[in-house]
Parts: sequence; structure tokens; C-alpha cells
Amino acid sequence: MIHVSLFVTCICDTIKPNVAKNTVALLEILGCQVHFPEAQTCCSQPSINSGYVEDSKRSLKSLIAAMEVNDHPVICPAASCAAMIKSYPAILNDEPEWRARAQRLSDRTYELTQFLVHHLDTSILSPKLSGTAVYHPSCSLFRKLGIKDEPLQLLSQVEGLSLLPIPNQETCCGFGGTFSVKMSEISGAMVVEKAAHIQSVSPDFLIGADSSCLMNIGGRLDREQSNIRVMHIADVLMSR
Amino acid sequence: MSMKTSSTQFKQRIRTNMQDSIMRESVASAQERMFGNRARAAEDIGHWDEWRQMGMDIREHVLENLDFYLTQLSDNVIENGGHVFFAQTAEEASAYIERVAQAKNAKKVVKSKSMVTEEIDLNAALERQGINVVETDLGEYILQIDDHDAPSHIVAPAIHKSREQVQQIFKDKIGYQGSENPAEMTRFVRDHIRQDFVNADIGITGCNFAVAESGSIALVTNEGNARLATALPKTHIAVMGMERLVPTFEELDVMVTLLCRSAVGLPLTGYVTVLTGPKEAEQTDGPEEFHLVILDNGRSDILASEFKSILRCIRCAACANTCPAYRHIGGQSYGSIYSGPIGAVLSPLLGGYQDFQDLPYACSLCTACNDVCPVKIPLAELLLKHRQIIAESKLTPIKERITATAFNFINSRPTLWGSAVNMGAKASKTLIKEGDMAIKIKAVEEWHETRDLPESDGESFRHWFKHRTPSDKP
Repeated sequence: MIHVSLFVTCICDTIKPNVAKNTVALLEILGCQVHFPEAQTCCSQPSINSGYVEDSKRSLKSLIAAMEVNDHPVICPAASCAAMIKSYPAILNDEPEWRARAQRLSDRTYELTQFLVHHLDTSILSPKLSGTAVYHPSCSLFRKLGIKDEPLQLLSQVEGLSLLPIPNQETCCGFGGTFSVKMSEISGAMVVEKAAHIQSVSPDFLIGADSSCLMNIGGRLDREQSNIRVMHIADVLMSR
Repeated sequence: MSMKTSSTQFKQRIRTNMQDSIMRESVASAQERMFGNRARAAEDIGHWDEWRQMGMDIREHVLENLDFYLTQLSDNVIENGGHVFFAQTAEEASAYIERVAQAKNAKKVVKSKSMVTEEIDLNAALERQGINVVETDLGEYILQIDDHDAPSHIVAPAIHKSREQVQQIFKDKIGYQGSENPAEMTRFVRDHIRQDFVNADIGITGCNFAVAESGSIALVTNEGNARLATALPKTHIAVMGMERLVPTFEELDVMVTLLCRSAVGLPLTGYVTVLTGPKEAEQTDGPEEFHLVILDNGRSDILASEFKSILRCIRCAACANTCPAYRHIGGQSYGSIYSGPIGAVLSPLLGGYQDFQDLPYACSLCTACNDVCPVKIPLAELLLKHRQIIAESKLTPIKERITATAFNFINSRPTLWGSAVNMGAKASKTLIKEGDMAIKIKAVEEWHETRDLPESDGESFRHWFKHRTPSDKP
């Protein structure tokens, strides 16, 4: 039995609980016992990316302490939140003790697809999903964490699914956290173009590994009354 | 044109510019062309990441030893028979150049493309002296005759214009009668400004890199205008940012390789000109007098700050060519001669937060710029540093500060946060219907402008996990 802790992220906790439920289900099927440290909070990305770094430090420390209830690997179904945790040591650089604690948390934090591919045997999964899909590589996933092939490897296991390339596939969808409301004009133009590129190949599904980007692109696709179904990779891997 | 190119509010500017479909189309297609060319050029040479590392190491080494190399450069320029002026401010730099122009009784100046002369607002200063200043880079020339339109890109300043718009400008301003074919228009301008080169008293250029070991300056162009501007006039004045140098020709080779491939996706540009001092007795071409103006204008402060790495920049604009925000708002939206990610970092440093405080927020932190920068400047991280300074100096709107304080108050208290999540999940189910929310909140409205809101289940994950039964397990 492999013990893991789930870092759920606030978007999955409040708005997309199904993604988190499927993440738990996946990990359990693959032989993990999933723990949920209840004192976990938000990774503070909205505050830190808006520049309120000093004010956020209390929150960072609170989250570090919350995850210290065990020393299991921390699995996060969102790359941007995992990347945020991995930046904690640098943010707490001036406080050696906290820096060290942040480093320990960072070292045992994994983005979901990364953990699935490198630490578990996913061959026992037999996901099925018929149709065509566009995969959106989120910026945090492939640029910040360097996780490029893992999601594709997992998606190649899905029976009946074929992936379609789109123009400017690696371009940001325009979410950017608070950017999406603070600079909504720019963010809006970015997501409009992203949605147009996706619609241009008429896929059945849009798949990604970050709920925030999917919420952004999905929101635009809904506005365009598109029938494209937006799915997190955990949802896809749990499809039968 | 000083650093600041607009006095309207940032939001107003982007809204207006985003209505300009010609700009949007021109920028998007140019961006894709340049992005593709850059990627191919990087792949062709191979080991691109090692090249970038080498570029970064060279630039860091120069910054670490800037005092030494500036002294060496200055000594060598003087030994070659040139003059060197260290300008602490933009005003000092302009004033020195004005003095040289007066001493030469100059009536006409030809210029090749130079960002730093725009930074010091040189054209306006010279024009006030009654001197006729002619920009000879095609892009800069278009902007100059188009009633001093603002540049929108640090390499291709008129990139926001379509060829039809350029054709119209040439028709209206210089009697052009031909087609919108770029080659034909370029030939016409070449002929049109040829006499300006011949008549000019002074040629003014920027400096892509100065070579400390020889006191040379290297100019990288595609049009050959810098070469002509430094060959015909009797006086040549080069203006450089104090960080723009390399120790020897060996490093120049690396930096020019990185610059050309990153900027235009070519192994080399049409002309790479290296000039060492005024012409010697036996030479037929070249200026009789050479002045090198080395500009600080805030760079020393940057060197001593946490933004030091921005001084590695070699002005290739690869960051702008890959930036999705730049793509949609265009360079003029930045309101600075320096646009794109580099502009968003540099403009507040050189021009202050008062004018450029919004720029660091015009970024989704996608970090695509970091990946293409030939000298590995962590642009996204530097934008975050700006945001931190702006927030912590209380320059952000009061409502935003209150929201941040409230968020951090709740987020640092696990029990409170847990209740907030449970309530949030319930509330979002009640309030969000058909992609819209019943009560109006500004941030939500901003989102809703282009996107629907997500519909939720009403139960938070944490509540479900705590209360789940064995049947919920696989």
C-alpha cells in the first residue's frame, strides 16, 4: 500500500469536486491509500501573483504545517498549484527553518500525471473514451514543471481516443489567475483565440491537466454554445 | 519620442488598440512568422540551450566586470582617435550630442535605428536646434513621416501597420505612386533618402555591441543604412546603453549569432558592421570624427538591484514575438518605446511606476518569453518582482489591497478556510445559473465579459471526502 496525501487545490475543492473525486479513485485503483490533510488551504497563488508576497507568507506557512501531518508524497491534480508549492523555498528564503520545511514539502510534491507515470503502474487502467480530443498543455505543466510527455503517454492508453493537433497548441489560454479578471480584455482575447483554434478541428473533447485552464477555455466554449466536452485527465482516465 | 509614448490610461489604450483589426492582424501574422523563423534558426544551429547558456554567461560576466570593460572600451576608443562621453542622464547625453552638432554647424543628421536615442528623446532635442533629422531604417522612417507615430516593436517598429497603410503614408507624404509591394516601396525610399545620406553632416547610430578589447562598435542591420550613415557624413556619433558591450571579438561572435537568430531567425542579418574609430589617413571612407556616448540613465541603479538580469538584454524582441499578451494588444499599448515582456520589465525601471505601473500586470505568467530569451532573462519572475514592489508600496487600488488582506486572513486560518470552501461550494451552486451569477461582483463581471461561469455541484470535495461511505470507493 502506497500512502499519499492529496493536495486538492481550491478550484477542485469548491467548483470541480469531480476532478478531485476521480483523482482519489484513480490513486486508489492503483493501490494508494489517499489521505486528505484537512488543514490544507489555498496555495496562495492569487495573492502571490498579485504581488502580496509578504502578506502571503503566513498562508504559506500554514499550508506547509498542514501538509506535515504525514510525510507521504503530496499529489496535486493541478500543475499551477504544484508549481506554486515548488516556489515556496525561494519565497521563504530569508527564514532558514521555514525554507527547509518548504523544501521538504516541495521535494515530495508531485503533479498528478507525473506521479502516475513515474511512481505507479498505470497499465492496469483500461480507460475507454470514444472520439477525438484536443489536449491543452498548460503553461505550468509543461513550461514550469517540464511535464510534457506524461499526459500524452497516459492519453495514449485510452481506448478509442485520438488526439488532434491545433495551431499554436502551446500558447497560453489566457487564464493566468487574477490576470483573467484584472486584465480581462487581454485574457478574453487570448481565450477567444484559443477556443477558435480548438473549434477549428471540431473535437469531441478538450482535455487538460489543470482545472483552472479548463474552466477558462470551457467558459468560453460554453459561451459559444459548443458541444465540446471539457474533461480533466483524471476524468478521462476514469472513463469506462 | 521619449520613453513614454502615450498619456492615456493603460486600460483605455488597450481597449482602443484592440479595436484596430489591421493592427491585430499585422501583429499576429508577423509574430507567427518571426516565431517560426526563430524556432527554425535555433534548431538549425543545434545545441541552442548551450548557446543561450553561453550568451547568459557572457552577459553576466560583463555585468560583473562592467567598470573594467567600460574603462578598457573608453581607453581604446580614445587611443583610436575617438571621443568618449559618459552621460549619467538622458539630458546629459542629448546636451553633449547637441554641442557636437553645434560645433559642426550641422544642418542635417541621418540616423540608423537606435532604441537608446529614442530613450533620450534625441530627435526632438536636435530638431529644436533647427537640425533636420532623417531616420534611415525603413520602419523608423515610416513612423517618422507618419507624424511621429509611436514604435510598436523594438526590432520592427512599424510592425503594427499593414503594407497598404504604409503605401498610403508614402503616397501622402513623399509622393509615392507605386504598388504596396514591399520591395518596390523599399526601393523608392532608398532613392528618396539617398541624398540625405550625401548631405548629412552627422551620422548617428546606436550600438548593438561595443568590443572592449579594440574599442570597436558593432552594428547589426538588414538594410545597410547604418553602414552608409557611418561612411558618408564627416562625423559619426554612436550612442550606447552602458551595458551593451562584450570583452572581445570571440564573445561578439556568440552574441551576434544569438541576436540574429533570435531577432529575425537568420544565421546573420544582411549587414554586420564593425567600426573602429574615425577613418585613418590612408582610408577613403568613414567619418573624420567619432564620438561614443555611453548612457547610464538609471542603469547603474538597475545593476545594483534585484532586476540586474534585465541588463543582459540584447534587444532581440524574441520575447515580444512569443508573448500572447503582446500579440493581442500590440506594442503601442505599452505606452513605452520598449514594448512586450522586455518593455514591461524595463519601462518601469527606466521610466518609473507612475507612468508604467500597469505593464507588469499585462502578463498571464505563461513564461513563454523565458523560454525563448537568448540570454535566459527570467522575465516572468522580474514582472512578479515589480508586482511585489507595487503591491507592497501600496500603489495598488485600495479595493484590491482589502481583498488581498481578507484572502490572506482567511487562507492562513485552516478552520476558517475550510468553512469558506464549504460555503463557497454551496453558494456557487445557488448563485451560478446558466453560466451567469445572480449577484453582480466586478471581478465576476470582468470574467463574464467573454466567458460563462462554471457550474458547481454544491458540495465541496473536502465535505464529500470526510463523509464518503465505502460504496464511494472503487
